Amino acid sequence: MSEVLVLVDHVDGKVRKPTYELLTIAKRLGEPSAVFIGAAEAADGVVESVKKYGAEKVYVVDDAQIKGYLVAPKAEALQQIAQKVSEKADPAAILIPSNADGKEIAGRLAIKLGSGLITDAVDVSASAGGEGPVTTQSVFAGSYTVQARITNGTPIITVKPNSAAPEESEGAGAKEEFAVTISDSAKKAKIVASQPRAASGRPELTEAAIVVAGGRGTGGNFEEVEGFADSIGAAVGASRAAVDSGWKPHAFQIGQTGKVVSPQLYVANGISGAIQHRAGMQTSKTIVAVNKDEEAPIFELVDFGVVGDLHTVLPAATEEITKRKG
Amino acid sequence: MNIVICVKYVPDATADRHFEADNTVDRVGVPGLLSELDEYAVEQALQLKEKNAAGEGGEETTVTALTVGPAEAANAIKKALQMGADKGVHVVDDAIAGSDYLATSQVLAAAIKKIGEESPVDVVLCGMASTDATGSVIPAMLAERLDLPQVTLGSVIESQGKEFRIKRDGDTSTEVIGATAPLVLSVTDQSGEARYPSFKGIMAAKKKPLETWSLSDIGVDAGEVGLDAAWTLVEDTEQRPPRTQGEIVTDEDGSGAKALVEFLASKKFI
Repeated sequence: MSEVLVLVDHVDGKVRKPTYELLTIAKRLGEPSAVFIGAAEAADGVVESVKKYGAEKVYVVDDAQIKGYLVAPKAEALQQIAQKVSEKADPAAILIPSNADGKEIAGRLAIKLGSGLITDAVDVSASAGGEGPVTTQSVFAGSYTVQARITNGTPIITVKPNSAAPEESEGAGAKEEFAVTISDSAKKAKIVASQPRAASGRPELTEAAIVVAGGRGTGGNFEEVEGFADSIGAAVGASRAAVDSGWKPHAFQIGQTGKVVSPQLYVANGISGAIQHRAGMQTSKTIVAVNKDEEAPIFELVDFGVVGDLHTVLPAATEEITKRKG
Repeated sequence: MNIVICVKYVPDATADRHFEADNTVDRVGVPGLLSELDEYAVEQALQLKEKNAAGEGGEETTVTALTVGPAEAANAIKKALQMGADKGVHVVDDAIAGSDYLATSQVLAAAIKKIGEESPVDVVLCGMASTDATGSVIPAMLAERLDLPQVTLGSVIESQGKEFRIKRDGDTSTEVIGATAPLVLSVTDQSGEARYPSFKGIMAAKKKPLETWSLSDIGVDAGEVGLDAAWTLVEDTEQRPPRTQGEIVTDEDGSGAKALVEFLASKKFI
């Protein structure tokens, strides 16, 4: 079986959940090989983590010489690994997390390898006729689904978080240290400074099973939204109106120009539901809204809606949930 | 300074966007406009121009709006000219229709090189994504093809002469990225509100030069682009059934909260 390269999504060697989802998808297509680009001393921990989800091989690229540069060196590293693998058999696919860095790495890699590129897949499966992976994408603010495949080169696919339920299955996890040669031209954009985002203690927005979001209707007070979110173990998000008003940082924004979430449950509070917001949440499994305005377009999408003031409905709901939990 | 802004003509997100029989996006039958996210790139180009003019010596800056697309796509350039860009270049060729990311970036890169023959391009400016394909990959691909530093997804843009710095808000961290022009720069919708065209700007735009180039003008082989040459094949497009509205209750004396909790419990979320 051909190798499927999976770029490990991690923060300082701590593997993030989308990696396990990609490994799960990789097993459908071939033999999963994880590619870890990071600190050499973190490699053993990463190997332990990814082999639980089926990684047969783990290519380790020490990033000491390249971590100060934006994405370009990572594309070169993946290119060199893919070419090495191709000496035996072309990889069946290269799967990359669909985040800002991941998509840019994939774009550059597609040019380097002369490969077709599909971005933002929400599902990937092996084609029945052996024509390579078939992807599903959700487009036009979630109003269409598109099935596509790559017809040239090694298929490069960026996959969105929550596209598969991670399945544990022990892989060999054979570690292979890989020395890369990075060109000077890949070192032209420097990371001058980096500030890690402060941990909120809540689930990661794009990975959460439940997302509770607040909009203009909060009036800038997110206390009730956050209290309710905590009562059901949810991540907290915000509409663009709330972010533009400076009530929440951009990292919280859900919508076309922010995060696109697809949780089991999405609760929109004081959010009218403009098309740009819908683009970020329309594919959620169950949608609930609380809004004072019964005419708000968000109600067209909901499985359940409450016409009422979030400042009274949410605290009462939070209290009721806390009581039920005992 | 010579700035090229890559702009895209997209179907209006508030209109009924759909696909054609060959599974390509209908770019003609749906009302279109300059992608909202490209307006931020136009704004940053104009701010750079104004800053250069105000600086020591008053450096002259030319802002060229570049688009690739069908005849209607000229409207995207016209909007950029109305906002304040100096001239436009429209690459239009029937062979381009249905191009994938690779071909689109190839055509853009070839056009940018041709623009640079007259006077070297210092900054290639892009929006953070198009509002139709939302791929966010073209700026990185242009950096790769043109062998320029990639300074992308800036929410704050600072420059001093040829030195550029941006703030890039990632999933797990916020970074400051620095590079020296010539470079490829992309900016987010956090970078600053885009201006509206003034009446004067709208009138002036009518006299600004807008060149139309074909593939042969930029030296790209028609056989390398378009739907038939694409390395991705869309096998099927399907409209998702519209969501059906569920139960809506009106809150009276706490009834809303109770009903909400009941609903969540019935779906096993509690």
